[in-house]
Amino acid sequence: MKIRLTINGKLHETKISPSDMLIDIVRKLGYTGTKRGCDTTNCGLCTVLVDDKPILSCSYPAYRADEKAVTTIEGVQAEATILGGLLAMEGSDQCGFCTPGLLMNTIAMKRELGYPDDETIKHYLAGNLCRCTGYEGQMRAIKKYLEVTK
Amino acid sequence: MKHYVGQSIPKVDSHAIISGRALYTDDIALRYKDVLEVKLLRSPHAHAKIKDIDISKALKTPGVVAIYTHHDVPDIRYTGAGQTYPEPSPYDKLILEDTVRYVGDEVAIIVAETPRSAERAMKKIKVKYEVLDAVLDLKTAVDHPVKVHNYDPHFNIPPSIGGMDVSRNIVGEIHTKFGRDMDEVLAESDIILNESYDTQAQAQSMMETFGSYCYMDEQNRIVIISSTQVPFHIKRQVSRALGIPYHRVRVIKPRVGGGFGAKQTIVTDFFAAFVTMKTGRACKLILDRSETGAATNSRHAMHLDVQLAATKDGIIQGLALKSISDQGAYGTHAWTTLGLVGEKSLPLYNRLQAASFDAKVVYTNKMAAGAFRGYGATQGSFAVESTVNTLAKRLGMDPIELRLKNIVHEGEKTLAYNKNILSCSLDRCIERGKKLINWDEYYPYKKIDDKTVLSVGMSVSMQGSGIAELDTSTVEVKLSEDGDYIMYMSPTDVGTGADTILQQMAAEVLRTSLSNITAVIADTDLTPYDPGSYASSGTYVTGGAVVRACEDLIQQIIEVAAVEMEEAKEHLYVEKNKVRCTMNNKTLSIKELAIKNTAGSGRRNLTGVGSFGSPTSPPPYMTGFALIKIDLDTGQTNVEKYVAIVDCGTVINPNLAKIQVEGGIVQGIGLALYEDIKYSQKGAIATNNFMQYRLPVREDIGEIVVEFIESNEPSGPFGAKSIGEIVINTPTSAINAAIENVTGRAIHSLPMTAEKIYWALQGKEM
Repeated sequence: MKIRLTINGKLHETKISPSDMLIDIVRKLGYTGTKRGCDTTNCGLCTVLVDDKPILSCSYPAYRADEKAVTTIEGVQAEATILGGLLAMEGSDQCGFCTPGLLMNTIAMKRELGYPDDETIKHYLAGNLCRCTGYEGQMRAIKKYLEVTK
Repeated sequence: MKHYVGQSIPKVDSHAIISGRALYTDDIALRYKDVLEVKLLRSPHAHAKIKDIDISKALKTPGVVAIYTHHDVPDIRYTGAGQTYPEPSPYDKLILEDTVRYVGDEVAIIVAETPRSAERAMKKIKVKYEVLDAVLDLKTAVDHPVKVHNYDPHFNIPPSIGGMDVSRNIVGEIHTKFGRDMDEVLAESDIILNESYDTQAQAQSMMETFGSYCYMDEQNRIVIISSTQVPFHIKRQVSRALGIPYHRVRVIKPRVGGGFGAKQTIVTDFFAAFVTMKTGRACKLILDRSETGAATNSRHAMHLDVQLAATKDGIIQGLALKSISDQGAYGTHAWTTLGLVGEKSLPLYNRLQAASFDAKVVYTNKMAAGAFRGYGATQGSFAVESTVNTLAKRLGMDPIELRLKNIVHEGEKTLAYNKNILSCSLDRCIERGKKLINWDEYYPYKKIDDKTVLSVGMSVSMQGSGIAELDTSTVEVKLSEDGDYIMYMSPTDVGTGADTILQQMAAEVLRTSLSNITAVIADTDLTPYDPGSYASSGTYVTGGAVVRACEDLIQQIIEVAAVEMEEAKEHLYVEKNKVRCTMNNKTLSIKELAIKNTAGSGRRNLTGVGSFGSPTSPPPYMTGFALIKIDLDTGQTNVEKYVAIVDCGTVINPNLAKIQVEGGIVQGIGLALYEDIKYSQKGAIATNNFMQYRLPVREDIGEIVVEFIESNEPSGPFGAKSIGEIVINTPTSAINAAIENVTGRAIHSLPMTAEKIYWALQGKEM
C-alpha cells in the first residue's frame, strides 16, 4: 500500500507494507536521527511528533501516519541546538543514542506544559530511558533549558 | 598552568549527537543500497543435538539469497571474548554447531534482500532436535551428569594454572593465599563471621543493541563496521573463525550507543563477516532488543562465601573469600572475571594477616556471561563489604570507624595486592561522605512516622586502571603540512567521552587549542593498536600513550626549530602554536615551521609516536553513602540520596567524570534493588525486553551527590587513574547496610526486592 505524509515539512509518497511501523519508514527515508531501542514502547528512543504530539514510532503503524505531519529530530534543529547544547555542557549527551528521543519528548513537553516543576518533568519523561547518565545530568540540562527559554 | 586538563569541555562529538547526525552502525548501513539482511534462527531448547535441518522450503521464499547451517561454516573454534592475545577465555564456539547449548544459541543464518523475506524464510526452516538434559543451576554444575561441552576446547591458560576441566563443567579455578595461615589467624580472633551471598545476572542494557555492517572492499578484504568496544580483537577473532589471514579483515568503529562491557564480547561480527565472505555482498546484522537480552551476554551470577575474622576492637585480621560463578554456555571472560572478585575486594583492607580467594567458574546451559562494568569486582565487593558492615553491627561499632581502622592508605603495600599504592585519598573521601550524607543525623536510622524509616549505610570500593603488564596502547600524532595536528589513536569511545579527554590531554601537551587537533579514531587500517575500551583503561593507558606521543612530537618540533632559529634546543619551548626562545624574544610559528618542513629534500612530516603499558594497575578508590527510605508495611525501599566521593587521581574533565559516577551509581542501584535476568524452568530468559527487565527510570532516582578528592598517581597521565567501572560497586552493599540498620539482618541475595526486605522486617529470611 501507499501512504502520503510530510516529514519535517517535506512531502513523501511511499510504499509501505501493512506491518511497517513508522520508525521503519522514517529511517528508510533517511531520517536516521530517530533511533530504535526496544520495539516494545518502553525506552522512548524512537519518539517523533505526529501532528505535533509525541508518539513512539516503533509501535505506531506507518499506515496511521497517512496524510499526517511527522516531525523528527532533523526537523527541530533550532530547539535541539539549544537543548542539546545544554546537554552537552553537562556532558550528559554521552553515547547519544537516547538523545534524539529525549530531545523530541522534552520539546513536546515544553510545548504542552510550558514550564513544569521537577516532579512533572520526571513523570513526563519517565518513558525516556538512558543507561549512561543516571538521568541527573539530563535533568540539570532540561531545567536550564526551561530557564533560558522563559 | 593547565589549559585543558581539568576543564569541563563538551564532548567533541556533541554537535553530531545533539542534531541527530551522529551515525551509528545501522545508520551507516541504511545509507547504502543492496545491503543484505541477516537474521539468525535460534534454539528453543537449553541443550539439544540438531538431528536434521531442512531448509529446502525456506530457500524458495522470494528474496532469500542464502541460508547457512552448521554444515556450511568453518570447523574452527574461537572465543567471542575481546581480550589481548593470548585470550584467557577458551575457544569453545563455532559460528554454527550441531549442538545448541542454551535457549537462543544460533542454529541457522538467513540472508535475504529484505528483513521481511528473511523473517518469512526463518519460519519455514524445519529443525529436528534431540532434546538433552540441561545444567541450569550453578550450584549443581560441577560433576553434573550432563556435560555442557563434550570435547576439549583450546584454552590459552594451561589447566595447571587455569584449572579448566570440561569433563566436570569447570571453565576455570583460582586459588590464592596471602600472608599467614588462616586457621592460626582465626584462632587468634575474637569474632568470626561466615556469610553467604548470591548475586544475579544483570543485563548491560546499553541503548544501542549489537550490530554489524559488513562489505567487501576493492582489495577483496572484509570491512566490518561494528558497534563494539574491541575493534582489534574483532579483527583477530573474526579472521580466525573464518579461516582467513588477519590482514583480510578491517574493522571500523563508528559512534557506539553504549556498551558497559557487553560489547567487549564479539557477537554479531562473526555472522555478518561470514555472509560477506560467502556472498561477496554487503550485509547487516542488527540484533533486536529481545535477542540482545536473551542471546548475547550479561554479568556473571555468583554464589559467594565470606569468612571474616576480627579482634573485638575492630581490626580485620582474616578474610577468606570463596566464589562460584555461572558462566553459562560459552566461556567468554570466565576466568578473568573470576579473578577480579578477590583481587579488587580484599586489598582494600590492610590490617589483614591472612587472606585467601578460592573460586570456580562453571559452564551451565544458560546465556553466556561476559563483561559488565565492574567485572567481578562488583560481586566481590557486595559480599565483602556487606560482611564488613555486618561486623560493624556485631561489634556495635560505627561502620565508618571500622573502615578508617582498616583501610589501605597512600604509600602502603597491601597484603592481597603486592604493589605499592602511590595514590589514595580514601580516608578523606570517607570523612567527606560522612558529612555530605548527614551521617550523624540518620545513623543507624531515623523513624519518620509509624510506617516510614530513613536510614543510612556506606561502603568502600576499589578497581584498577587498565590491565597491568598486558594493556598497551600506541598513539601517533602528526604535525600537518599546515601546522595543525592530526592524532591517530584507537580508544573505543562508546559514549564515555574518551575521545574528548584524550584530545584534552593532547592539547595540553602540544600547548595548542582543541580545535587545532583532528583525531582519526579506531580504524584497524589507519590507527595504531589499542586493546579497546575495557578494564578502565581509556584515561590511564591510552592517555599515557597520548602524552608520550605528543611529547615526542614536541621534541621533534624543537629540534627542527633549533636549526631554523639558530638557537640551542635547550632554550626552546612551545607555547600557543609558537616555538619560543627563553634567551631572547625570538619566536617561530609552528605553522611556518610545518610548511617549511614539508617541502624540499630531506624534509618530512613530523610524527610523534608514543606507547604506554603499565606494570601496575593503580586502583581508583571511592566511598558510597546511601540514604534510603523504607516503607515498614511493604518493604518498598527507595534511595533518597546517594553520596559518592571518588579518588580517580587527577580529574581530566570534571563534567564527564561526574556523569560516569552518576550513571554508574544508578546502574548500581538497579543491581541492588530490582534488575534481574530471570529464567523459566526450561532455561529460557523471561526478561528479554524492557517491559520485563526492570531498568532504573527517571522517577526512581533521588538526589545523587558526587565529589572528587584528587590524589596524584605518578604513573598516570597528569596524575590520572580510572573512573569508568568502580562507580557501580558501592550501591549494593551501602544500601544493604542501611536495610540491615532497620531490619537487624542483612539481605543475602541480589536484587534486594521489597519482598525480601519485607520478610527481613518480619525477622525472617527468604
